[in-house]
This record gives sequence, structure tokens and C-alpha cells, in this order.
Amino acid sequence: MRPLSYTRASTVDEAIATVGGDSRSAFLAGGTTEIDLIRLGVTRPDVLVDINSLPLKEIESTPDAGLRIGALARMTDVARSADVVRRFPVISQALLLGASEQLRNMASMGGNLCQRTRCPYFRDGVSPCNKREPGTGCSAVDGLNRGHAVLGTSDDCIAAHPSDVGVALVALDAVVHTLGPSGARSIPIDDFYLLPGSSPEVEHPLERGELIVAIEVPPTPLAERSLYLKFRDRQSYEFALVSVAAAVDVRDGRVADVRLALGGVGTKPWRARRAEAALTGGPATREAFAEAAAAELEPAIAHKDNAFKIPMARRAMVRALDQVVNGDAR
Amino acid sequence: MIGPARAPVSMRVNGEIHEIELEPRVSLLDALRDHLSLTGSKKGCDQGTCGACTVWVDDRRVLACLTLAVACEGHEISTIEGLATGGDLHPVQSAFIERDAFQCGYCTSGQIMSAVALLKEGNAATDEEIAEHMSGNLCRCAAYPHIRAAIRDVRDADTTTSGRA
Amino acid sequence: MSNAIGKPISRVDGRRKVTGAARYTAEIELPNLAHCAVVGAAVPSGRILAIDEKRVHDAEGVLAVLTHDNLTKIASQPPLLPSLAGGPAPGETFFPMQDDTVHYAGQPVAMVVADSHERAQYAASLLDITYERADSITTIEEGRATAYEAETLFGGLMPARNERGDVETALAQAPVRVDVDHHYAANHHNTLEPSATTAVWDGERLTLYDSTMGVRATQLTVAQLLGIPIAHIRVITEFVGGGFGGKAMTWPHVTLAAMAARHVRRPVRLSLTRPQTYTSHGHREEQEQRLSIGATKDGLLTAVRHEKLSVTSPFDDWAEPATGVTSQLYRCENYLGLHRMIRGNVMTPTFMRAPGESLGVSTLEVAMDRLAYATGVDPVELRLRNRASVDEHGNPWSSDGLEECLRTGARLFGWDRRDPEPRSRREGDWLIGSGMAVAAYPMAFMMPPQQARVRVYADGSAVMQCGTQEFGTGATTAMAQVAADGLGMDMNDVTFEAGDSDLPNASASVGSMGASMVSAAVHNAAIELRRQLVAMAVADTGSPLHGADASAVVVEDGRMSLGDGSAGAGETYAEMMRRNRLSMKDALGDWTPPPMDAPHGMMTFGAQFAEVAVDPDIGLVRVRRMVGVFAPGRVLNPKLARSQLMGGMLWGMSQALLEGNQMDPRSGRWGASNLGEYLVPVNADAPDVTVEFVDVTDEVAGPLGVKGVGEIGQVAMAGALMNAVFHATGRRLEALPMAAELVMDPPGTSA
Repeated sequence: MRPLSYTRASTVDEAIATVGGDSRSAFLAGGTTEIDLIRLGVTRPDVLVDINSLPLKEIESTPDAGLRIGALARMTDVARSADVVRRFPVISQALLLGASEQLRNMASMGGNLCQRTRCPYFRDGVSPCNKREPGTGCSAVDGLNRGHAVLGTSDDCIAAHPSDVGVALVALDAVVHTLGPSGARSIPIDDFYLLPGSSPEVEHPLERGELIVAIEVPPTPLAERSLYLKFRDRQSYEFALVSVAAAVDVRDGRVADVRLALGGVGTKPWRARRAEAALTGGPATREAFAEAAAAELEPAIAHKDNAFKIPMARRAMVRALDQVVNGDAR
Repeated sequence: MIGPARAPVSMRVNGEIHEIELEPRVSLLDALRDHLSLTGSKKGCDQGTCGACTVWVDDRRVLACLTLAVACEGHEISTIEGLATGGDLHPVQSAFIERDAFQCGYCTSGQIMSAVALLKEGNAATDEEIAEHMSGNLCRCAAYPHIRAAIRDVRDADTTTSGRA
Repeated sequence: MSNAIGKPISRVDGRRKVTGAARYTAEIELPNLAHCAVVGAAVPSGRILAIDEKRVHDAEGVLAVLTHDNLTKIASQPPLLPSLAGGPAPGETFFPMQDDTVHYAGQPVAMVVADSHERAQYAASLLDITYERADSITTIEEGRATAYEAETLFGGLMPARNERGDVETALAQAPVRVDVDHHYAANHHNTLEPSATTAVWDGERLTLYDSTMGVRATQLTVAQLLGIPIAHIRVITEFVGGGFGGKAMTWPHVTLAAMAARHVRRPVRLSLTRPQTYTSHGHREEQEQRLSIGATKDGLLTAVRHEKLSVTSPFDDWAEPATGVTSQLYRCENYLGLHRMIRGNVMTPTFMRAPGESLGVSTLEVAMDRLAYATGVDPVELRLRNRASVDEHGNPWSSDGLEECLRTGARLFGWDRRDPEPRSRREGDWLIGSGMAVAAYPMAFMMPPQQARVRVYADGSAVMQCGTQEFGTGATTAMAQVAADGLGMDMNDVTFEAGDSDLPNASASVGSMGASMVSAAVHNAAIELRRQLVAMAVADTGSPLHGADASAVVVEDGRMSLGDGSAGAGETYAEMMRRNRLSMKDALGDWTPPPMDAPHGMMTFGAQFAEVAVDPDIGLVRVRRMVGVFAPGRVLNPKLARSQLMGGMLWGMSQALLEGNQMDPRSGRWGASNLGEYLVPVNADAPDVTVEFVDVTDEVAGPLGVKGVGEIGQVAMAGALMNAVFHATGRRLEALPMAAELVMDPPGTSA
């Protein structure tokens, strides 16, 4: 691993000032992605500013019955929070279906939002990769791309976003609160994740030194009946081939409100707005679910190895909707 | 700010304080293995994908390969070497031997540190739960069914035993 | 006579393994230790134009940079022969860093030695190498037109073609014919301990701490490559974190570590990183297997043709032999087996657990399943109907047990309750199916004589020594049992020492031969020393046994007597030795394997059964239960043997469902090079496994009749699972691993 300097920030302001003032520096939270990528030579900070002592670990209800998660709350603590389990099961489930208990004990929620892709060409440190070395080209477009995205891709990048909980948060319209050299911001999570376009190296709208301090989930009564379905080759400890976050409010057999998002298939956690639009106001039937799923995947672009993700995602959406509406056991 | 050169670091491991000189880039795993001669924690991947380096930091199981040693100052680190008390094996250690829950032994320290933590976490009610929560520890010899059996044995043992777990 | 053998004794090294006290190769502490980082070629073919070392030398702690420009040349290159054969055993006949040529990506092209692990790794990343890239072939698809039929396999030990009768005519005339055409992805061992070597020079003498399955192979190979006397090299390996064939041969990094240590005049540790393990000790080849069966309407075989095509290196004709079982498992007059290869820009492939036959027999057993459906004969009955009672030369099996394995397995599994109709059982989102296969694995007696040395001390303790090694098989436990019984002592009084090339000769523990050959030497050593001690006693006027018939003397718990219990006349070894002021007594035991052309067929048999649940919408396969019944001859320790067989069966599951690597033909590099991308099972993937034994007595496979359990558990499990997935879904898959995209119902067909 490259030589590193290390400092522990004792206040949020100090952390922001340190990283904001030194382009060679980076925040260090749980480290599960960061240390890995530094060791691989993919990211190259010279200074790590350890923010783990900062008071950003609370998980609390907001006065309007939303949920506020401190950026440094560990995945485990959020997943096992009784409040989260009761009111936002999709968040708890998504967390518990990600990584391993050891990694969940380490990884912070803010860090999870900043998780990098698992594209092997990005991680190998040598292949052309626009995300790692802008302008060098995308090795995955014509390469081994079984794990890659089919939605939100560009000619310059088809890397899938690996997060599970991000999918749940996108479905629930979470807001990312940050503090930075320019002050405080609240960024809708769907805007927090950027599509690759022609600049896949830019993944978030954060300026240097801007720190995620909390994630807020607005009050969402229908989330009490929500679930996260995840499909992968292994039964555990693996990123999704396809995953679905779903919450549905059915009244008199019709879909009054629905939240749907997909993991494993998008270059960002993918809010299924086409499907939601197709479902809202319509009948809560398998046929309607299938049509909505087809609508969502209609713009999908397959590459050599990942065409299967399109039917898999459609079927996964139908199953998730069916289970959340009809209460099937998972 | 310390580093990138070696700097003094104080580490509390298995209840004992060690004052050592480390570059900040040194992982907790390398600090344990190369600087403190505690080689029970294993390096299977150095990438957070195998679990062989599982240790506890403040009683939570974590991966030592993705943890910087310097970041552990002020925290309590527990490794496999500190699990047995005196000459007495921890019940999970004994159960692993009894159930033949390992072959080559290279993943075993991590498996046991995970298993003991799992029993404390209280997510070992069923085989499915045990399997899921032990899935962060690869065993290439595939002793998995025996690992589950060993954990079950300790879970189901009398209260004095489970109290120790 | 047997007190310890056959008992389910816990591992003697268990305590050290569960307390973290067991030290593996990269954990041996040495003063002044330096660390070596290897740099692998970034291109698969071409040559090195320039190496810029400047930034490396500027990095902290760097002791040396070694490239083809300054590395010592090897003295001579040993041929490629399996380490079981007892000689030098390089994994490939190419030794890197001798010139500027690059033959495969990951080939070592430089080494950086520094005073710490972190510093060596980082400095190595600063090396700037310019290559001239040449065209490369790394996949079957790219090289298909260049395929050739090899003359021999296994370093010339086996023919690549095996033929009898007239297979083409028989196939053409067969009333029933089935054809199988499968593609199998490359596999990697992924031992949890990455290979490591620490080299320590003391003048002209070299000590190597090496994670190896064969200390002798390491010793002989390095001696020849370096051109130094064998006697100057000692190889030590106390604990090895898994082998599975990946540590069966002596790969270049071992000798490179010795060269680096000689260069910097300090002890040097070379630990492969996880990504480097994918290009440093071979792999199971990407391959295609085609198998055609001709049969009568009753399912009796009339013709079998089995062909394998695989990618080998530019320098070696290496393919795991895949037809050694197909040629003789079933009665069939017309047979052809052959191996074709493609020279590609990969390192020489190597053994991997159940080499050749894990997939070879899987292919055969999928074809047999197709034949069962084609003829309407029950799959178990079809095997019973065809199974051969003699080998391909007409020799009887040294021991058999296949019929009982099949019948016991079918009973334990509940095979008779199976509705053979494909896609006939559904539970919610899941289709349920079951499948079976015969497992068989040949015993290869290609090793030289094996030796062990035993010593009894005057305090009644004993040590048995043999240059074998412990990599998880439980050898040190089982051999202590064998030694104890042979000596007539309590196992607690006997220590087994291994893992040191200074100890008597054993070949590398590969091909499931470790237990068989080492137990034979250990047993012979033990009974030889017992014979000598008893002879001393009956000749000793001071002994209560003086003048007794030596053949009537029994030894229990270290006490020699005439078999009339502890009250009767007799004395302990210790008492007799002390009286004679004999502090210790040694004996050497030899065992010479039967000749390769012995008039017996040598094969271990078993039967595999598995039930799967398949989610046809998503394409997921989950194994619900597995039953394996095996006839491995004498079982030295059923607890350990069950573990190994269970591990093998789960390896078969892994091979069927998860494991596979692909080359990116553009870069000539493996697509997966870590445990996040190359999937091996986690706990949640592994169902409980039923392992049962069928007792057979084998009088050819050594004095104890041990046949081995390392490979047979994996053989054909992948085939059984392919058959089970067919039964569940009604679709025959033709590739491994059976990834979701292959298993899922095609679009438009789903419910």
C-alpha cells in the first residue's frame, strides 16, 4: 500500500477543513471500500482523515415520523434498530442481505452511499477504465460484462452500482444531508447518485471536503409493508445480480401508491419510475405487475454477457410486487 | 498528523498494551502478524473477501485486513490467542475440535472469532441463521456443516457454557 | 490387533489450530527477515522492452530489484513429472526471468525485496515496465483451429489416446445413441492460505519454509534448478493451509524466493497475494468434453467415445487425464478416448482436486443419465446393468463395492420414491429434482518406495517420522493411529512427525495416494521395530519372555506378553530397554508399491445422489441434500475421512454451480482474480451432507488396504447435479458452472 499519513478529526468542522484544504486527502470512515481500493492502487490519497470519532452515529425518528440516520451509524446498528425493522423493513432487509456481519459492523451508512463499483476492470488497476482513469476507454463494454448494468449505461461506462441499502433509500426518497466548505446542503438521494454519462469518474455531486452527515428518510407509511428481494449466485456474501426494493399501498384492489427500485442492473441504485407510473391507479394483479416491469426494462441495453439481467429483473419485480401485496413468505 | 514515516502507536490486544512503531498504512492484520507475533489471525485475501482475519474491535467482529492499526488506538482488540482462558479452551474451540469443524485450519481462527461473536449477537436460533451469519467466513475445505454443528452444540449446552460464549 | 485404527479420533493438531498457535509458512519468525514482492507480466505474450526501476529505488526500505537482467540463470530445467513420481516436479518446464520473453500474463518478470511487506508491495507497484505485445491465444474459441492431438499426458506417463474395438462402426450401428457436448470453465484452487516460501541461506546450505504438498518435490526441484547438492537443501512445512493440487508441484516462486534470498544475503519471505495465486500455481483448464454412447435398447453399452479439448501452455502438453474411468467403468467392447490440446498463453495447468475425473466422470454420468431416459431404464439400474467387474485389461478389481454403494445410496436417499418425469415436482417458486452418478477414481501406483522411521524411547514414548505433510487431510492424526497399532502402543504415547525433507522419503501427497502409501510405510516401520523389540525380549535372559516363541508375543499398551493379559508374564518395551541401558531404538520401514502392470484393476468406487431446488424464473439452483456412499478400503479414521469426503462432495457442488473463470481474450488476463469475483461456496450454500462407507477389503493396495478419500468425494458430483437440474427443469444444461443465465427459463417461457 502507498505511504499514508493519518489524522483523527475531533470535530466535523475540523474534518471538513482538513479534507477541504488538501487535495491529497480523503475521509476515512469504516474503511471497507477505501482501504481495499488504496491497497489495490485504484485510489491514491496521501492523507486519511479518520472521522470515526465524530458524533454522527445516531439513528432517530424525526418529529414528522421520518427517520434520520447519522452518516457514521454502522450498517449493523441500522439494520437491527427496532424502529427501522418495524417502520422501514426494506432498509433493514437490504442491509442484512449485503456483505457479511463483519463488514456490516465496520461499514458506515455514509460510506455505503459512497461505495464504488465492483467492476473488475475498475478494480484491477491496469485495464482501461474511464471511471478510474478518465479518457482511457471502457474495458467492460466489449469485455466480460456479466455483472454489469443494463440501465443508465453510457458508451463510457456500464459499471453496476453495488449498493443494496442504496436501492432501498432511493425507493423511499431519502435525502442526503451534507456539510462542506460551502455550508449545509440537502440532496435528494436520486440526485446524489449520478449517471455515468461522459464523466463516469464523477459519481456524486459532492465538492472537496463536503461530508455526508446524515441520511433522512421522509415519513412513508407504506414502507411498513415493504421488502427487499435479492438474487445472487451465492446464497450469501455476494453482490446482487438483481435486487428489488418494493413498497405498495393497495386499496380496493388498486395500487394507490408504490415505490420500486432495482439493484444490480443500474449504474446507480435504480428508481423504477416507469414501472411506478404504470402501476399507480391500476389493478394490483400479476399481469399489471408484469406490464409495469416490462415498461421499466424497455430502455435497457444489454451487452454480451448480461442480457439475462433484463428478464431476470422483470421477473424479480413481479415477484417482489406479488410478495409485498399478497404477503407471501420470502 | 502522523506518518507516512513510522510513528509510535499504542495497541491494546487481548487486554495487554503494546507500544510499537508503525507506518500508518499498516493494517491491523499486519500489525498483529508481523509486529506483535500474533499470527493466529490469517491473511487469506487481504481484500475483505474471506473472513480469515476476523478479530473483535470493542467486542464486535470486524476484518483486520481492512482496518488500519493506527485507527485502533483507544480501542480494545481481541484475537484468537486471547480466547482460551489459561489452559481451558473456550467451548466453541472445544466444539470445533469435537465436530471436526476444520481441516487445513487456515480459516479456523476467523471462524471461531465469528462463531463466538455470533452466539453473543443472538442470531443463532436456527441452522439457517447460523449459516447466514457465518457466511462471511470462507472455508475452502468446506467444513461448513460441521461448523454449524459446533455452534449448535455450544448454543444448546447448559447455561454455564452458553454464559461463557 | 487394531486399537486406534478405525476409531473416530479428533485431530492431534486440533488444539493448535483452534487456538491460533499453529504456524503456517508465512508465519515462521526469523531474524532480519526481508520481504519479496513479485511483479507479474501485464501482457500475455511478447517481450519486455524496458524496465524503469528509478522510482522503486527511491522508495523506502528497498533492498534489491531483480529482473531478467540481473537474476541468476537456472542450472538446468527438470522435466514436468507429477510429484507423486518422486522426482523433481516443476509445475511447468518454463522458468521465468531468464530472458525478456513473456508467455503468459502474470508470469513473474521482476521481484522487489524490501525490509517490510508493505514496503515491498508498494515499491513493486512503482516498477515501470514497457512491453512489446504480441498476438495471444487464451481461450478455446481463439485457438480451436490450432488444436492438436497430444501424444502423451502427465509428462509422458500416460497415452493421450486409448482405443479398443471399432467405436465408429459400433456407434453407427447402435440402436440407441446419446451425445453430450459440454463446456467447462477454468477452475482455480484458491486454498485459503496463499502459497508462500521463506528462504534462508546459511553459507551454501538452504532452508526453505514452503507451503507444499510435497517437501521432497520442493527439495529435488530447487536443487536441480539451482544446481546445488540435494543434501544442501532442507524443506520444512509444518502446517499447510489447504492444497487441493495447487501446492502439489514446485512452482517458480519457490526457487525465485531462494534466488532473492541469495541476492540480498538475508532470509526472504515471498507470499503470493490472492490475485497472484490465479497465475502462479496452475489451474484446471478451460475445456470441452464430448462423449457419445451407443447402446442396445436395454441400455447395454456397445460403444463409448470420449474426447477432451483443453488449453495448455506454450511449453507443456498438460491436460488432466479425463478418460481413465470412462474406459473401464462399464463393460463396452468398442471404446475411444483421446485428448486434444490448444497451445495458449497461459501457464501450464495443473492438478486440481479429483484431477481429470471430477469432470471426466461427470461427463460420462450425464451421458448415462441421458441413456437412462432414452431407454426408460432407471438410472441406478442402468449402472448396475453395465458396471464392469474387471478393468479394461480384464483384470479383476483389487476391491470393488460399487454395487453396494449404489444400493446403499439409493436407499439412504430414497431414490425409489422419485418420479423420473422431468419438471414434475414444484414447491412454491421452486422446482425440485434429483440426480445421481457413479463416482470412481483410479489408484496410481507411480510412486517410488516409501519410507518411514520409528523410534521407541526407554520412557515408553515413541516417535514416527515420515517426510509427508499435513495440509488438512488429517495425516498426522491417522498416521499416529497406524503407528500406535503397529507398535502395540497407546496412541497418546506416539508422536507423528512430518513436514521436513530430512525425514524419510515419501512422495507428495497427491492423487488420493497419501494415506495409502504413507500408512503402508508407517505400518511396516512400526511392525519392524516391534519385531526387533520382541526378538530382543525373547533372547534376553533377564526378560520374563525369555525363550518364548516370538510369534506368540502380543504387544498392548507397550507391554509385551503372551496374550494372557496384564497379569501374565511379560514386560513393557520401556522396562526391557532400561534394563539393557538402551535409551532408544530405531527401525526403518519400507513399502514398495505394486507394479503398474499388476494383474488387478485399481479403482475406488462410490455413488453420489443429490436433490436440488431450482427457481426457474431467476435461474438459481440450491442444493437441498447430498448423499455419498464410498468404498475407500480401510478407513483409518472415519471422523477425518467423512470430513474429507464431505469436503469433496461440496467441491463438486461448487464446481457445478459457482466456480469458473474466463479469460478476457483482449488482455489475456483472467476475468476473476479474487474471492469476490471467483466464487466459492459460503456456509449458506452448503447443505448438510450424508456420507456413508461401504466396507471392502483390499489386499493389493498396501498392507492395510487403504484406498484414499481425497478425490472420490468430488468425482461426478457435478454430473449428479447436472442430472438433478435436468430432472427439476426438463432442460439439459451443457456448461459448468450452471450459472443463473443458463438455468433460467428463456424469456417467453416463464409463468
